[in-house]
This record gives sequence, structure tokens and C-alpha cells, in this order.
Amino acid sequence: MKFVDEFRDTGKAKSLTKAIHKIAQSLAPKLTKPLQIMEFCGGHTHTIFRYGIEQMLPDNIEMVHGPGCPVCVLPMGRVDDCIALAEHPDVIFTTFGDAMRVPGSKKSLLQAKADGADIRMTYSPMDALNLARKNPDKEVIFFGLGFETTMPSSAFTVLQAEREGISNFSLFCNHITTVPTIKAVLDSPDMQLDGFLAPGHVAMVIGERPFDFIALDYHKPIVITGFEPLDILQSLWMVLQQIEQGRNAVENQYTRIVHANGNTPALEAISQVFEIREFFEWRGLGSIDHSGVRMKESYAAFDAEKKFAVPNIKIADPKSCQCGEVVKGVIKPWDCKIFGSKCNPENPMGALMVSSEGACAAYFNNGYHERKTA
Amino acid sequence: MSLPLAKTKFSGKTITLSHGAGGKAMHDLIKEIFIAGFDSPELSLLEDQARFDLNELTKLGNRLAMTTDSYVVDPLFFPGGDIGKLAVTGTINDLAVGGAIPLYLTCGMIIEEGFPIDDLQRIVASMKATADAAGVRIVTGDTKIVPRGAADKLFINTAGIGVIAKSSNILASRAMAGDVVIINGYIGDHGAAIVDARGELALEIDVETDCQPLNDLIQQMLAVCPDIHCMRDATRGGLATVLNEFAMSSNIAIQLEQTKIPVREEVRGVCEVLGLDPLYLANEGKLVAVVKQEDADKLIKLMRQHPAGKNSCVIGNVEASPQGKVILATGFGGNRIIDMLVGEQLPRIC
Repeated sequence: MKFVDEFRDTGKAKSLTKAIHKIAQSLAPKLTKPLQIMEFCGGHTHTIFRYGIEQMLPDNIEMVHGPGCPVCVLPMGRVDDCIALAEHPDVIFTTFGDAMRVPGSKKSLLQAKADGADIRMTYSPMDALNLARKNPDKEVIFFGLGFETTMPSSAFTVLQAEREGISNFSLFCNHITTVPTIKAVLDSPDMQLDGFLAPGHVAMVIGERPFDFIALDYHKPIVITGFEPLDILQSLWMVLQQIEQGRNAVENQYTRIVHANGNTPALEAISQVFEIREFFEWRGLGSIDHSGVRMKESYAAFDAEKKFAVPNIKIADPKSCQCGEVVKGVIKPWDCKIFGSKCNPENPMGALMVSSEGACAAYFNNGYHERKTA
Repeated sequence: MSLPLAKTKFSGKTITLSHGAGGKAMHDLIKEIFIAGFDSPELSLLEDQARFDLNELTKLGNRLAMTTDSYVVDPLFFPGGDIGKLAVTGTINDLAVGGAIPLYLTCGMIIEEGFPIDDLQRIVASMKATADAAGVRIVTGDTKIVPRGAADKLFINTAGIGVIAKSSNILASRAMAGDVVIINGYIGDHGAAIVDARGELALEIDVETDCQPLNDLIQQMLAVCPDIHCMRDATRGGLATVLNEFAMSSNIAIQLEQTKIPVREEVRGVCEVLGLDPLYLANEGKLVAVVKQEDADKLIKLMRQHPAGKNSCVIGNVEASPQGKVILATGFGGNRIIDMLVGEQLPRIC
């Protein structure tokens, strides 16, 4: 397949792997522990597991799978809010597919659907707007979820609804922001990371500059990375080169998509519709300042939180969960006390077991725990 | 499939509850749509059961095989097939992959009030054409009409009977280290065609279901290689699920080569866009077989000459360990474990 297979070329993978091994070997005498490189984004985690990239890396390089899976980090209380909205008799509740299975305190959206709520899977908020046009006697709510990657499509849909005067469409805004979250990880006292792969599709929207603080203030190399397996390998090689040369910079591997200044119309739409929340609750990481957005007062007519009474009850993460330590690279998934026993993909207790992009679910499904503990 | 419909007194009408009430309306519907449509001697006798001559059956083998399956596909008509073709094919294939020669099918229909009788007639004609082409007969049936909302348009159940020859012993537990895994063509066509036909995703692809009876192909395979170790049709849950069943039942490992697994460009494209994995997409005309290494070449050669097996190939081999696991060499240099799906395959957010 054109424009896909080129980025999965085995020959190029071999030469990049060789180059990575070479740098790792030359760094080895200086290292007291393996280098920990975090891929922030769940999409990267998915690619790493799908192509078996970890097995191609030298022993002194460890991938730490970060908190950038929006489905995983959704707190139980927010899922309960979704279900409360979806169970309104006149509501059609629309959502991205993989949010359907996330457990709330009592049930998931999938279970709520089975119990009779009108919940539909859509690929785009524009599909939800279309449903609103076709069902004028129903309120169609779109579950806005994700980082800056999906934020513009939510914003554009609200703007379109406003332009057309569609009054039966609203957004349940749970969009989250990347930079405060990376900062929270970096500020954590037990953090031991040596470098980052930055989320390519977030950077496509926000550009390169918002990542500068990682290099300037925290002195860590960071490379904006695409989502094909060769992208990952090349970016890892770029991070290692920076480490070898003693540099800390924001570099862009994903130049075919990411412009240094991001996407101006997308950023304008975001700032027109959304404003920063004081804090947002994350599953596994707790409350992080300024890590979410809400809709501006001027768009209250399209804000499901304003149109409906949302219970907004906080549900604490199960005490036994060690997701926070896993996403910071302090422990490996299989070191968690409940990994694979009380917490498994059929019955996820913690954030990282929820979606296939979560580190724990990925390790569990790939049977790594059996190999590591064998 | 658009066959010309015979004109009946029901043309242009819809099903009502009276068609299931046991009176004249029901009698007429059965006679004009089902008896005329399926046109089999057993059915035309209008007895409460079909009857078979045991002597005829024992000429074909020493064991009876029996299976049942229900079909609830939405939409009822999709590129390359419809629920009727699926209902006949699916049950034929469930018999055939056990080594059975499929002979007789039943047909139970649950129809929602308001269903267009022309569509029913079209589906019956499609079942008849599929059964004829596969050499099986629909010999008995049942019809129930339920009020609007109590069922979604039309559900079909078919059960089937076949005969297994003495020489074959196909079991999911017979895979052995050293065996190879073969498939009869492209995976994921049916799943992709259904996703497309639902029309919710505004995809513009040109993929048809692979829905096809496999009994003739399988009988030819058994003729040259009676000792096929394992064989199943990879329907719901796809290739990945069938291979996991083999790996667990046989306590062996299956090592797959991603680059050898045939997937159409269009299906790969759908999966790339939607975040799905073709290994888990449904098929309705794909068999997965585990055979001895030395039998593989002659089988593949034979299968490729059959219309249902033109793209047959070896996709992997059986190893002793890790027991119960299916491992895929990704074609990029790494391996990953192919597990059973926890629930249904859900598209990823980004």
C-alpha cells in the first residue's frame, strides 16, 4: 500500500536498528542504569507492540509507555457522568469506539447500551452533528475526548452547529492537554527518564515550540515522532544521538506532517471554543493543574455540562493500582501487585489495562509477563 | 445476487401477524414462498419431518455430522451476498470443515411483522441457488412471525446433517510440531464488506463478501490428503481466533508470518483507516487447515486449481512451544503474540 509500506520497510528497519545498537554500545560504559525513553502517546505504544519494536532494541534501552492514551486516563467519575447523560430518555449519546469499554464505578458505556441507553459509536463529531440534523426531536451529545489531536474536530463541529443554528447538539467536553501532563511527569520526584518521543499528531496541531521547556528547563532530548514503525526507530536513534552528543533539543522527525508553528486554523478554532480548566482529574495520575479544557461561556448552548445536570462525582482510583508509577517508568507493568491477577483486560482495575494502547494491556495481551516472570 | 422473482399473490405485499397464525394465510405463504422456492422432494411431501434412507447415508461414510447456526446479519443484503446465502453457506461450511459431506439443511425463520415479502422471496431464492450449487437440499423448515420490534427484520437458523468418511479424523487437538498452517485465500473480505455496507462510515471501497461453500474444495483436499489434522472455517473472530483454538486444544505454538497472510489492499486500507486488525475480521468462505509439512505442496497445488482456493498458501507452522500461543513475525523484525479478543474489536480514537 502506497505511503504506508514505505514506512514499514524491513531493510531500513535493519539499518536503523543497527545504528541504535551502535550508539547504545558506545554509551554503555557511561551508564549506571538502562536509558529510559518515554513515548508519551498511546498511538506510539500501539505501534511499538504491533511491530514488536521493543525486542529489536538493545538491553540498555527501555521504553517507558507514557500517559498519552486518552481512553486509559479517563477517570471513573467521568464515565459515570457519560452514562448519566446517555440514560436521559431524549438523548442520543455518541462516542469514539474505544471509550465504550472503559469501566465506570458501576458499568461501562457498552453495558449502559445493553441496558437500553441510546449510545452510538461514531468516527467523527461531524457524524454526531449529522445525527442531530436527522433527529431534531432528540438531543445528540458527542463525548469529546482526547488531546489536542481531536480537539480541533470537536471545536469545528461546535462552530458548524452554531453556524447552522442546530440547537439539539452538544459536546461533553473531556479534552485534555499534553504539555501540563508531561510537566507533571517531569516534576515527579521519582522520575528517571532520559528522553522523550513527543506525540506527532498533537504537534501537528500545536507545533514544535510548546515542547521547548522539556529541552530548556528539564534538559531532556525530545523528538516529535510519527506513528509508523520506521518513524519510531528513527526518532529513537535521534534521541540517542542527542544523548551521545550531550545535546538537549526539540527535534522534528515527523516533518512530513508537523509544521514548526502547528496548524493555525485548528489553533484558532480551539481558542475560540475552549478555555483551560484550573485542573482536571486523571485516572492513575490524580489531579493535574491546567491539564484539561472546558467550553467557553459563549458556547454554553452547546455544552452538555451546562445543558444537563451532570452528577460530577469523584471516584477514587482503586488503592491497589500502581498505574502512576508505571507511566513514570518507576516500575514495570508486571511489577504491579495486581497485574494480570485482579487487574486484567476483561476486568481492568487500573487505567493502563483499559485500552489496548495502555501499557499494561499491551504487555498482558502480548504475554510478556509470562516471559519476564518465567 | 438479483434473481428474477416468480410472480405470486404476495408480490409487493408485506408480512403480517396473520402469516404466522396457522390459518390459510400461513398455509399460502409456506406453499408459495417456501415450498415453491426451496423446491425439494422432502419438503414438498408436507410432513412434519424429513425422512432419509439410512442405507444411502452409510454408503458415504461411517459417522453422521450435525450442526446448527443462527444468522442475524445487518444489513440483510450486502456486496456479494445476503443473509440467505450466508445461512446456507455457514452451515455447509461448519459441516464440511469436519470432513463431512453436507447433505440436508433445515431452515427456521423468525420474521418481523412488516417485512417485505419480495425480499423474503429473494432471500429464499438465494438460499436455494446456494444450496443447489453446493449439492445440498433444504428439507424441512419453520416460520414464526413476531410483532414489530420483537426481532430485527429477519433472523434465520439453519441446521445441517452430513456424513463423514471413515478415513478422516479432523480435530482441533491434532496439530503437531512440524505441521504447517494453510489458508485458501484473502482474509477479512466479509468483515470489511459488512462494515462498508452498513454505510455509517462513508467508506468508498469495492470489497465483496467471500461468502462461499467450501464443501467441494474440502472433499477434493481430503481425496489427496485424507489425514488433515485440524480444519475450521475462520468466521467471527477471524483467523486469529481459529488459530488460538488450535494452539490451546493441541498444546502447541503457532508461528505465523505476517508477510505470507493474504490481505487485499482494500481491506488493509479499511483496517488502516479504522484502526482494525484484519486477523480478527470475519470471513465466510475461508478455511484454515493444519497439515503435515510433506502434504502441503500437493494440497496447495490442488487448492489453487479450485475456484474457492485460487489464492491458497502456507501462512505459518506449528512449533512445540510456547504452548497455547499464536505468535506473529511482524515482517518488520519483531514478533507479537496474537491473542483472542476480549470483546468485540473497537476502533481506536486516534
